[in-house]
Amino acid sequence: MIELVNFVLLGLLAVTALAAIRLHDLFAVTMMFGIYSLLAAVVFVVLDAVDVAFTEAAVGVGISTILMLATIGLVGRQERRPSHRPLLPLAVVIVTGAALVYGTLDMPGFGDPDAPVQRHVAPRYLEQSPEEIGIPNVVTVVLASYRGYDTLGELTVIFTAGVGILALLGLRRRRPSTQPTEQEKT
Amino acid sequence: MRDNPVLRVVTKIAIPLILLFALYVQFHGDYGPGGGFQAGVIFAAAFILYALVFGTRAARTVVPPAVLRTVTALGLILFAGVGTVSQLLGSQFLDYDALADNPLHGQHIGIFLVELGVGITVAAVMITLFLAFAGRQDEP
Repeated sequence: MIELVNFVLLGLLAVTALAAIRLHDLFAVTMMFGIYSLLAAVVFVVLDAVDVAFTEAAVGVGISTILMLATIGLVGRQERRPSHRPLLPLAVVIVTGAALVYGTLDMPGFGDPDAPVQRHVAPRYLEQSPEEIGIPNVVTVVLASYRGYDTLGELTVIFTAGVGILALLGLRRRRPSTQPTEQEKT
Repeated sequence: MRDNPVLRVVTKIAIPLILLFALYVQFHGDYGPGGGFQAGVIFAAAFILYALVFGTRAARTVVPPAVLRTVTALGLILFAGVGTVSQLLGSQFLDYDALADNPLHGQHIGIFLVELGVGITVAAVMITLFLAFAGRQDEP
């Protein structure tokens, strides 16, 4: 049963990705990206990574779709004809993809209890966190307490992104008059 | 879009529900899936919906840019502040054991505040991103 679910989900992911490549209407491409993120979120749920699925659904489906739509509103919804043949990029992508697939052959099986990732700090977090922290959701415990320093770094990255956007684009100040001045129009 | 009564009414009903759900995700993250990142994004989604329907000009009256800038920094300051306070109280940076007389309570308080800081900054940055992009279009 789970194989069938995985098969359908991964098949739909591939179909959505191909559709996003083939389409030239950027609005439709953005919708395809949204569907792709939603499918990816479902895959994460199947893999029991609910917190990641939640983030993917909120950020990938919601915010990034909206941001891409806002950008399309600025740049127009038709893709421009490419000025060069896509053969070299295609070759690079195929070689990189083949290398990645080759790399996965050496990876331990999914959920393998002897995999290095299960034998490092994960057992300690799972066994000690009830006594040390006492919060049921281990993901939150690892994120906010054991790996708090990493999360502080992540938050700094988001903060820096916000500051960068403010510095590059800025939020146009509201003028007291409702009529936009000449400077605002440009 | 603000001339469409259906959109306007549905938006006004949906926004409080979205905000409430964001707060649930924020404060229930200790027990179920969720946490500051997700809650911040959902919280921002409510403001983005408001901006989509009523226009970015109206949204900028609800959250003025100066407030947005201050709040963006506040979340990060809260996160780093919790770390510093725990350091001043005698344990290590971001080790919340010393925040209360009982290490378990300390961890609870620390994680709660840290997640709140994450949520505040993420929400503010997401709203900033949207207003910065969408606000560049000329509005009628």
